[in-house]
Amino acid sequence: MLRGVRHSLPVMLGMIPFGLVAGVAAHGVGMSLLEITLMSGIVFAGSAQLVALGIWAHPPDLFAVALAAFVVNLRLALMGPVLAPWLNHLRGWRLWASLFVMADQNWAMSVSEINAGRRDAGYLLGSGLAFWTMWAASSALGHVLGSQLQPQPGHPLFFAALAVFVAMLVQMWRGRLDVMPWLVAAAVATGVARLLPGTFWYIVAGAIAGSVVGGLRDHRRGGRGVRT
Amino acid sequence: MTLDPWNLAAFVAMAVATYACRGGGYWLFRQITPSPLLRAILTYVPGTLFVSFVVPAIVQGGVQPMAGAAGTVAVMLATRNLALSIAAGVGACWAVWALA
Repeated sequence: MLRGVRHSLPVMLGMIPFGLVAGVAAHGVGMSLLEITLMSGIVFAGSAQLVALGIWAHPPDLFAVALAAFVVNLRLALMGPVLAPWLNHLRGWRLWASLFVMADQNWAMSVSEINAGRRDAGYLLGSGLAFWTMWAASSALGHVLGSQLQPQPGHPLFFAALAVFVAMLVQMWRGRLDVMPWLVAAAVATGVARLLPGTFWYIVAGAIAGSVVGGLRDHRRGGRGVRT
Repeated sequence: MTLDPWNLAAFVAMAVATYACRGGGYWLFRQITPSPLLRAILTYVPGTLFVSFVVPAIVQGGVQPMAGAAGTVAVMLATRNLALSIAAGVGACWAVWALA
């Protein structure tokens, strides 16, 4: 477990700007410091929180934000099984707590530990707890920052929430095979956003259209696509 | 330090949906093996999802976010540093905002 915490320290620094962005965005939609800290603590999913904050209203549409969280976090459902060599040996709260703190970063770190033949399953929990603490703290700090700066709606500072995803897309780009699915997603999402203004359906519609097109194409070709 | 009951309900709903992915995925894949087609489709979910979130927002926002996105992509390609590229994107967006 301690090894997991130690390895997390440099990566935790990288999480700070992301947490600050979420905190500023939360302040922008009128959340209190307690609310954003609580949100980060129980949801613990940066991308999902940012997407939800992008469609937040008063009162929030419970179904919309839950669906957004579900769709954004679907990848976690695929990531868990990869850690089966560790998780299958855990029982009870250790298993379910380890899964609760599984995030992109410590998942990737754990995969390389498993591949290196290490067998300390506590690594996931240790690194996850470190990330969880940092996530809650940095988003709270972002809220404080937002309340000091008091940016107006439409202020360029709020672009940071979009910039996170733009930057992550650069990282996710796997080459030519992504071109068509991404174009389909962009076109469908933009079209649905026009047709149904004020709703969030465009995100789900674009993602489903793009993924199905890409998946069907790879399946027809007989390949299984590139594993993420 | 207020806690709006609707916001709290939304957090809980999001937490449940998120944990359904985290815990439920591991649990489900221990019971069944997904078909190759489903697996192929799912590999595209993260990328297309973020595209669908970002592109309409940029199209609606106009020049400011377009400049911001261009700045973010350029710095990300050059440095692969998330924090730097976010800062560059906000900077580019800010520059256009200040000029307008």
